[in-house]
Amino acid sequence: MLDRPGPTGGPAKTGGIWLFIVRRILQGLLVLVLVSIVVFAATQALPGDPARAILGRGATPASLAALREQLHLNRPVVEQYVTWAVGLIHGDAGRSFAAQEPVSKLLGDRVINTAFLLLCSGLISIPLSILIGSYAALWRDRPFDVATSLITLVFAALPEFVVGVALVVLFSTTVFHILPAITLIPPGGRPWEQPVAIILPTLTLVLAVTPYVVRIMRASMVEVLESDYVEMARLKGLPERLVLRRHALPNALGPTFQVIAINLAYLAGGVIVVEYIFNYAGIGGALRDAVANRDIPVVQALAMAIASLYVVLNLLADIATILVTPRLRTRL
Amino acid sequence: MAVVSQVVTPEVVTKRQPTGALIRRALQLRRTQIGLGLVLVILAIAIIGPHIAPHGGNDFVGTPNSLKVPGALFGTDHIGQDVWSRFLHGGLTILVLGIAVGLVAAYSRNVLDDILMRAMDVILAFPQIMLALVAIATVGPNPVTIILAVGLTTMPRVARVTRGASQPVVERDFVAAAEAIGVPRFRILLSEIFPNVLSPLLVEASLRLTYAIGVIAALAFLGFTTNPGAADWGLMIQENYIALTVQPWGVVLPVAAIALLTVGTGLIGDGIARAAAGIDRVRGAA
Repeated sequence: MLDRPGPTGGPAKTGGIWLFIVRRILQGLLVLVLVSIVVFAATQALPGDPARAILGRGATPASLAALREQLHLNRPVVEQYVTWAVGLIHGDAGRSFAAQEPVSKLLGDRVINTAFLLLCSGLISIPLSILIGSYAALWRDRPFDVATSLITLVFAALPEFVVGVALVVLFSTTVFHILPAITLIPPGGRPWEQPVAIILPTLTLVLAVTPYVVRIMRASMVEVLESDYVEMARLKGLPERLVLRRHALPNALGPTFQVIAINLAYLAGGVIVVEYIFNYAGIGGALRDAVANRDIPVVQALAMAIASLYVVLNLLADIATILVTPRLRTRL
Repeated sequence: MAVVSQVVTPEVVTKRQPTGALIRRALQLRRTQIGLGLVLVILAIAIIGPHIAPHGGNDFVGTPNSLKVPGALFGTDHIGQDVWSRFLHGGLTILVLGIAVGLVAAYSRNVLDDILMRAMDVILAFPQIMLALVAIATVGPNPVTIILAVGLTTMPRVARVTRGASQPVVERDFVAAAEAIGVPRFRILLSEIFPNVLSPLLVEASLRLTYAIGVIAALAFLGFTTNPGAADWGLMIQENYIALTVQPWGVVLPVAAIALLTVGTGLIGDGIARAAAGIDRVRGAA
């Protein structure tokens, strides 16, 4: 894709793209550093004593002192942060209070499970929404478009736990009894060994994300279809299929990738609720439990994991946008 | 329900639109009317509900998780409370929290706008619910935490739209003219710029409201509510979820209410957006 000639006739400058990617990676790292400061500040440096908050009212002075020592709370804030951040870079996120295990060991499998769930949702929702959005634009103001517009509007407004619970009521417990209401992944097991059990969580996430992408894809496609170059391509007598595939679609995809990234990253937040509904052993469910147990090291590690996912997805979207937009590619 | 406000286009702000006319035109659209109807029904339930509920929100009326308890229309919940009464009592929390979140977001938008634009990008790098969870993990699920966490994370998104909408307006001649005749800066902001960015702001506000309701309800559903034990729709879903097979009403009623509320605000937002962008006007004229 990189060596395809640009619209000016010359070959696209690949060096520009690599420079751009390196710059975006550095920006992403900067955001992660800032995020880590926010996470750290929110969990450890707030007024109040985390040790007391963790141990509760009945804590003895000795246990409080021991926990403060374990959390390095008696050291300056900056030093605490550096210790934590350096540990994080080395893959050591501290020990969980609740499980008394290293956080990395506790979360390793769960990261894979969540990644798989997100991957499935993305693989279904992205092509689906691009397809629906394009056809809605193509058949603008016809029944398909009007129906899609209303349906996406409704689903965009629904919080994903409402969608998830409704799906469970519909398919598992009350109306039909065809799909399992919870996803049981045995320790050491993998989600792809239970394809039936991940249908509902995946469907919930797909329904949560698709409406936004459909709407953006439609808007973007409508604009492209009215452009001069599509008009030109049609006047040249190109078959409509070719006009759509070669001229309209690639240009409409540019803005859509941004929205897809934002929404996939948004999924990283959505999984918290969805995994909780389906008792899915992923990082979202783990975050909910860690917050309930006030397991600060786990909360910190998960917050960083979810934020990293966010940054990486945004990065990928920026690169994808550049790749599908020749204009941007040559300007680099 | 992500951070998208695809409906706000730059040309919206280039025409001056009195707010009254905008809202009147939005109300002529069928979707706005339906949305408003839905929201009003839910508001009525939230406000009037506690007064017409046959039992108190925490009264024990019969066997837990039973559908056949005399006097309990939708049966009893997981600890024998009347589902219907608890449902009628539960709407107020979401309403009060929703309004408080709106106020926090609106107020801090003005105060913090420019200075924090960079910091906002960082906040935007988080899923909103995660930041709220981090805050709850630290200071516990009290109302102030939830309002501030949801409000402050809503703010950057609104601020972004405000900033984007204001930029073209600032460049225009009437702002330069006002500056030339020496109108004070805050008066220019209030009487020249603000009316011109009001329509995208309204659209964004209704989008954010929909989303804030979702986040607050989701937090309660995860078990982090301002007042454990009190009636609250999100919490009701969580409490009764485990008994879904035997007693669906305890889950279905609050789920339906939250769904209608968010769809209602969503429809209103879309109606305002369409009126602002003049989509239906163009189609009507053509």
